[in-house]
Amino acid sequence: MNLAELIERFDLKVFSKGLELTRTIGGGYAGDLLSDVIAHGQKDQLWITIQVHPNIVAVAALKELAAVVLVNGREPAAETVARAEKERVPIFGTSLSAFEFSGRLYGQGIKGS
Amino acid sequence: MNREIVFRQKFEIQGGDFSRGGEVSCEVKNLLKELGLPAPSVRRAAIASYEAEMNVIMYAEHGVLDLSATPLKIRIVIEDSGPGIEDIELAMNEGYSTATPEMRELGFGAGMGLSNIKKNTDELEITSEIGKGTRLTMVVLTERHQP
Repeated sequence: MNLAELIERFDLKVFSKGLELTRTIGGGYAGDLLSDVIAHGQKDQLWITIQVHPNIVAVAALKELAAVVLVNGREPAAETVARAEKERVPIFGTSLSAFEFSGRLYGQGIKGS
Repeated sequence: MNREIVFRQKFEIQGGDFSRGGEVSCEVKNLLKELGLPAPSVRRAAIASYEAEMNVIMYAEHGVLDLSATPLKIRIVIEDSGPGIEDIELAMNEGYSTATPEMRELGFGAGMGLSNIKKNTDELEITSEIGKGTRLTMVVLTERHQP
């Protein structure tokens, strides 16, 4: 599944504008501790988190994650979006919880490893 | 292969400036990528750089990151003026953190910073003086490809 299909299938809100959405998703990782995501996240994964501050962009960019999905209806800070667009890190949102969203992703074949 | 330094650049890191956290490391990563070094090594160096950069932002007043690279190795030295690390061995333990509740709310303070640095470097040297500052010397060998 690529990012565009993900947005469509899960009716995600797209916070970052003008970014390419053809990248294929290579699994997922859920976590709110940045260093934990750095240690255990893998390239091309989707990162599911409640963190909305600008530092999530650096983590996603450095780990080459496919995109960040903010759960529980959280909205990114304006600065987060600006940095995401600059570093080309797509940021999406869902009203679902991390557990619920991860479960539905898993059901669609997107797994943890 | 050429063992001489082909690239060197210094960056300033401002302590306490969370909003710009990671910017220097993103620049480091982009520069290393542009040099054409192998992607897995660049990723490891960038991750080590990020954790060290965030430590400066979280705890120190000011820091300087000195990046140098040859085709064989990436060397990053980060020196800060700050409180120093009292017990380096203890700080290396995964889960040990001195982060404030405010930092933890932002998702910092997992107590994994130094262990992430260790995992992503081939050589690591930490020297610290209480009340003065900390100096990290990190080396990533480019020929050693890791996942």
